[in-house]
Amino acid sequence: MNIVDQRKNKFARYKNLRENPEELLEPLIKPAKEYSARDRIEDIVDQGSFEEFQFEFPETNPLEFEGYVEKKEELREELNIHDAIIAGECTIDDKKAVLVVMDKHFMMASMGMELGEVVCQSAEHAMENKLPLIIFTASGGARMQEGILSLMQMAKTSAVIEKLKNAGGLYIAVLTHPTTGGVSASFATLGDITLAETGALVGFAGPRVIEQTIGEKLPEGFQRAEFLQEHGFVDAVVERENMRETLGRILRLHPRAC
Amino acid sequence: MKAIDRVLAARDKDRPKITDYIDNVFTDFFEQKGDLLGKEDASIYGGIALFHGKPVTVLGHRKGNDVNENVTCNFGMPGPEGYRKALRIMKQAEKFGRPIITFVDTPGAYPGLEAEMYGISQAISGNLAAMSSLKVPVISIVTGEGSSGGALGIAVANRVYMLENAVYSVLSPEGFASILWHDSARRDEAAEAMKLTAKDLLDFGVIDGIISERGSSLKVVSEDENANTIIRLYDRIDKQISKALKELEGKSGDQLAEERFEKFRSFDSAFLKADESARMENI
Repeated sequence: MNIVDQRKNKFARYKNLRENPEELLEPLIKPAKEYSARDRIEDIVDQGSFEEFQFEFPETNPLEFEGYVEKKEELREELNIHDAIIAGECTIDDKKAVLVVMDKHFMMASMGMELGEVVCQSAEHAMENKLPLIIFTASGGARMQEGILSLMQMAKTSAVIEKLKNAGGLYIAVLTHPTTGGVSASFATLGDITLAETGALVGFAGPRVIEQTIGEKLPEGFQRAEFLQEHGFVDAVVERENMRETLGRILRLHPRAC
Repeated sequence: MKAIDRVLAARDKDRPKITDYIDNVFTDFFEQKGDLLGKEDASIYGGIALFHGKPVTVLGHRKGNDVNENVTCNFGMPGPEGYRKALRIMKQAEKFGRPIITFVDTPGAYPGLEAEMYGISQAISGNLAAMSSLKVPVISIVTGEGSSGGALGIAVANRVYMLENAVYSVLSPEGFASILWHDSARRDEAAEAMKLTAKDLLDFGVIDGIISERGSSLKVVSEDENANTIIRLYDRIDKQISKALKELEGKSGDQLAEERFEKFRSFDSAFLKADESARMENI
């Protein structure tokens, strides 16, 4: 099979998965193991063009929360990522970009200091090298185990993205399933261009919390990508199989974005 | 005093409210309502006032003083329109060169259907981004509950202070216990584990100072003695704001924005490590 056929094949499989309503009912509890950040990168970038940034961060456990460091070590071993995020430089349709992808298999891609730092340093790299920044978001929200310092990541990432945008940089946010809480209320919703993947759940509060608050069932499709678009917060809802082409087109439309 | 006692003190319905702080620390208050986009949200209260004769923009969460007000103010839980109102009056403060003072006291942004529909995420992120680059002094005081993104959404400031019994955290202790231990009844334990007291946050370097509540039961009552202790608290708040404004006056708009940016940019693991070694040196 050539690369185009391989991609087509893969997307057909994702499509089945997405159309299985069971998968969408309890996404916050058991995310499908099917599609990792590395799978995503492979599908988006020009083959072999991804150069991963190498970061070195000291271990963090500001609350000295029991079992937190062990949990992270276990997941690093199992998933071969250091935290819930991968970043690097790549080309998409021959256009250079900084690409950041979050991976919900690592503690629901909740945002702690390390994840926040990867977002910021990637944005700063984009700014210094006058490259567009693309972030695929997915997150359960702030990383509880890091307490107030996880909350501060919201301000930190938002401030850096603001700086990039004020410097003329292009920031494309791609909201994938699910993007909630502190990530939804920071860099995920600050894109110059905002795309959402078909069916993605995006919102500040989780659906169960809202149901408890208002005491009634939520309408069908609530907080889904299409709902967001209907309410004016998303430029385009994009099928996974069209994501690469869409991003390529947006990059072509910004020839002078720094 | 246990962490949970501070949480309960911070939530005490008799604790002074933003309306009390504005009445007692500022003069000539002119309230500004509305987000100019079609909505008014009473859970954010703010406008222009004089502080020692100089105009400032002052705003904050409003919980209300009685049941009727609580309902009107949605118990201090703003929707997107609240954050948008806050932002538009802050941008106006920037235009007129007025310092901004915010009072933080919220259980969090409102987790409701309409809030999601009208973009609560985007309203909060918009404030975080815009506040980081405001070219006037911004001072925030957490006076009660500083819970979650709903608190941070008006607290990206050059100086952040907390009242002694205020708390500031990523989520309520109930929510924290529910997420991490699937048991919201373990909230007392959660409050302890979360390190959410003023002392904890000062140790982390997240806040710049603690305003003492010494000698004050913090209840708004008419008894003279208690009234005196409250007046002492207002006086301490006044002094803290004066001190902060003095430190920030004379700095250019760009410098104020850059310093604020750096303050929040520095919250990473290296910052914690640096802080730790600084503490070790002190020992």
